[in-house]
Amino acid sequence: MKLIRLRYKKWFNISKDGLTQNNPIAIAVLGICSALAVTNRVENAIAMGLGVTFVVIASSLTVSLIRRFIPARVRMVTYMVIIASFVIVVQLFLEAYFPIIAAALGAYVGLIITNCIVMGRAEAFAAKNPMRYTFFDGLANGLGYTYVLVLVALVREILAFGTILNYQVMPDGFVNWTVMAMAPGGFFVLAIFIWIIRELTNNYELQQ
Amino acid sequence: MAELFELFVASITSQNIALLFILGMCPLIAVSTSVRNAKGMGVAVIFVVTITAIINYPIYVLLRATGSTNIQLLVFIATIAATVQFLEMFLDKFIPRLYNAFGIFLPLITVNCAVLAVSLFFVNRTYNFVQTTTFAFGSGIGWALAIILVAGLREKMAKTSDVPKGLAGKGIVFIILGILSLAFIGFTGLASA
Repeated sequence: MKLIRLRYKKWFNISKDGLTQNNPIAIAVLGICSALAVTNRVENAIAMGLGVTFVVIASSLTVSLIRRFIPARVRMVTYMVIIASFVIVVQLFLEAYFPIIAAALGAYVGLIITNCIVMGRAEAFAAKNPMRYTFFDGLANGLGYTYVLVLVALVREILAFGTILNYQVMPDGFVNWTVMAMAPGGFFVLAIFIWIIRELTNNYELQQ
Repeated sequence: MAELFELFVASITSQNIALLFILGMCPLIAVSTSVRNAKGMGVAVIFVVTITAIINYPIYVLLRATGSTNIQLLVFIATIAATVQFLEMFLDKFIPRLYNAFGIFLPLITVNCAVLAVSLFFVNRTYNFVQTTTFAFGSGIGWALAIILVAGLREKMAKTSDVPKGLAGKGIVFIILGILSLAFIGFTGLASA
């Protein structure tokens, strides 16, 4: 009963949109670079996902807060500066508290700036909507991104190293698929993942 | 000199920034629908990657000297945005033919992560100025090569092959990229700087 009433709330619809209907990776195919480059281990994927979630929420809230004061002509540059500031926060935080993960992610933390999801949400949603909806939009898109990242990383880590979060899960005789830890593995796993999601949601791209 | 050449070849082939570091994927997937567009985008990226790396290097040295490398991200992205804007206006005014050829791709490049990545990589790998320039130019060519290869394959596939419904459009591009990426790993023996 409670769930039915939730259906009509705007924030519920916004959240659902980001997690499934308009999932940034599987349906809109945005933010692929980081989705593939860091997903060879689950812990990296979790760190990257949460980092992006934080940056999306924080930058969207800031953009939404000052949306009436940003002149339309320089709005892109303004978004860039806001996003870059929050990415620096994430980078310093990771270096201070999780140095191993920071080293594994390397330059890819800085590349959150050019992650199309962050910019896309600022431009498409935050610039037009009040802060309380922006928060749910950022959260849903960030988590929608994170769970795809973690799923892809799960497949790749099991096949490439036979482990999940560094715990051995495959039997001893398992031969590691080294290629899964490298770029081609990421491409193939994501392609199959997109295929499955699209078959499940009946959301096809029309052939041109 | 030999080392520089190896770095140059490696950044095009075995260390290809698009196929092995998976950078600049959004524009690569979006623009690779035709070889014509892919060429324009590729040339624009070669141009911008090289110029921004050359500009960012002295800025980075300055930041390091003043101990403020924490803000390097902010500074790099500002340089890239400014360079792209300047290039667009300059080409529009003085070389209109070039502007018509790839001017429309320039605004897209600000958010091409390959450009920012080249600037971040030379910091991480502690290259000197000459190495940075070589690496940036090679990476630009590597990225252009990747997008043109993908576009060529996509054009052929659109006419001849029967792609499953769920993979049609962007899905199949990842399969193409995966196979190309496997092929490029084969260059590792050629040069691996």
